[in-house]
Amino acid sequence: MATRRRPSRPRPSLLSGLSHVALIIWALLIILPLLWTFLASFKNNAEIFGDALQLPGALRFDSWARAWDKAHVGRYLLNTVIVVFFSTLGTMVSGSMAAYVLARYRFPGNRLIYYFFVAGMAFPVFLALGPLFFVVQQVGLLYTHAGLVLVYIAYSLPFTVFFLAAFFRSLPESVAEAARIDGASHTRTFFQIMVPMAKPGLVSITIFNVLGQWNQYLLPLVLVARDEEDWVITQGIASISTLAGADADWPSLFAALSMTILPVLVVYVIFQRQIQSGLGAGALK
Amino acid sequence: MERLRKYGFIAGFLAVPVILYSVFVISPYIQAFQISLTDWDGYAANLNYVGLENFAKLFDDDAFWQALRNHGILLLVLPLATIVIALFFSFLINLGGGSNGAGMRGIWGSKFYRVVFFFPQVLAVAVVGVLFKAIYRPDEYGVVNGALIKLGLDPVGWLVEPGLALWAVIAVMIWQAVGFYVVLFSAGMAAIPKDYFEAAALDGAGRFRLFFSITLPLLRDTVQVGWVYLGIAAFDGFALIQVLAGDKGEPDGTTHVLPVQIWKTAFNYSEYGYASAMGVALFFLTVTFAVLTLRTTRRERIEY
Repeated sequence: MATRRRPSRPRPSLLSGLSHVALIIWALLIILPLLWTFLASFKNNAEIFGDALQLPGALRFDSWARAWDKAHVGRYLLNTVIVVFFSTLGTMVSGSMAAYVLARYRFPGNRLIYYFFVAGMAFPVFLALGPLFFVVQQVGLLYTHAGLVLVYIAYSLPFTVFFLAAFFRSLPESVAEAARIDGASHTRTFFQIMVPMAKPGLVSITIFNVLGQWNQYLLPLVLVARDEEDWVITQGIASISTLAGADADWPSLFAALSMTILPVLVVYVIFQRQIQSGLGAGALK
Repeated sequence: MERLRKYGFIAGFLAVPVILYSVFVISPYIQAFQISLTDWDGYAANLNYVGLENFAKLFDDDAFWQALRNHGILLLVLPLATIVIALFFSFLINLGGGSNGAGMRGIWGSKFYRVVFFFPQVLAVAVVGVLFKAIYRPDEYGVVNGALIKLGLDPVGWLVEPGLALWAVIAVMIWQAVGFYVVLFSAGMAAIPKDYFEAAALDGAGRFRLFFSITLPLLRDTVQVGWVYLGIAAFDGFALIQVLAGDKGEPDGTTHVLPVQIWKTAFNYSEYGYASAMGVALFFLTVTFAVLTLRTTRRERIEY
């Protein structure tokens, strides 16, 4: 009976200890492979094929230089940055416009268009793959970054519209009402009143789209496969990994991997709060 | 005038997204259903309809059945393992510290774990594939095998052993997925009122009871959402398998999955009709799974 009165009972230490062990093991399972990749980028071939658990003998940056120039990682990263910049921008502008109108205006066909967008989440992209190739060819944008950007935007719209419509719906009506009475146009109300109010939602979904489009592998494989200089980073990495075997240049493979992983990790650590809250909330809606 | 302005505004805001989406998303999907009934090779100017021939061919295709078997294994293992691990960790991270009077708190270091566990989720699947290719190398240079040899054990052919390859792939999928579901379940747990836990703790409930009698029942909807997501992921696996195991389903067809076959059939063999039929099959499999899951697990919502 005595224990009942005390809310903070002495914790069973064995259980608590085991919990910590489990958490630490999982954390190590994640950190060690990444750390190993990073360290391997400074090793030479002999060290990589020596003891996997050994530190590099010296800090060799030559593999980073080789990966950047000879293996074109610099080029791939630049391509990816350009594509993702424009596609995320396009996704956010067109997606938030559509979501806003669908969430806050009544007009015939509103529900229909909303479900038209949301239905896109139910279809596996593999179903569209073949025809998509020819659609992009027909509009004359096959093997171009512009084509890839438009396709990224189109395939990001279902989730973006779904998420942002829910967000715009939750915003109070009174502020928009006041703006309208003051004579602000619909367009002005959207850009100057509603967008600033929706900022938390917009930030979350922007990060979500940046990560998703940065990591896209299938669509570039179909749409910009022809010219190596058009490749994005995921294509480049996959190809370097096959070439590394042939050229026996493993350090530059790991340098290329590190170059890909580090920027994403930095962005993630900076924005982790928004990413996690945004994803959690978005997935539960 | 005001009405006109309103509809003009609506049309102006919807035009670009609707056109982009119709051209690049909806039209390919509709065409895929149409092309699945033809023997189109990507060049012929006219579509030659062959009825359900592609689907008949699919039923005789060993690779298709092999792929279905593999999706079946993925569908059983991936959601279950990921959800169990993620539930365990999110419980420890959010509530594992017991109650401290002001409410439940997470285990010591929970902020750190929450950040680290999510790492793999932000890495491209293709990059993860390349990374694990090095880790799984069958010879002594692989990270895992290097360590095994050091311990005096024999190296294991993780990706070359037919009985192991798919499991090695599934392990990577779980490795990458757990973080997301920890975040998802944490959001769900945060929504459960604190006094439920306090009341139960006051009544002498231990952590096992808190988990099984309070957390899990109240988290049911969230777990269901997670189950659907993971089930849909079990019908994918493209990037990981294509990079990690190659596109031939090696070893011995044990890593055959439909997405890789669709991609290969379309872009390597130019059999767009057949590839589209596989796509249609994949679509119906995914939808059937999602509908079945949502129907069989449906139940009254608990409002709190």
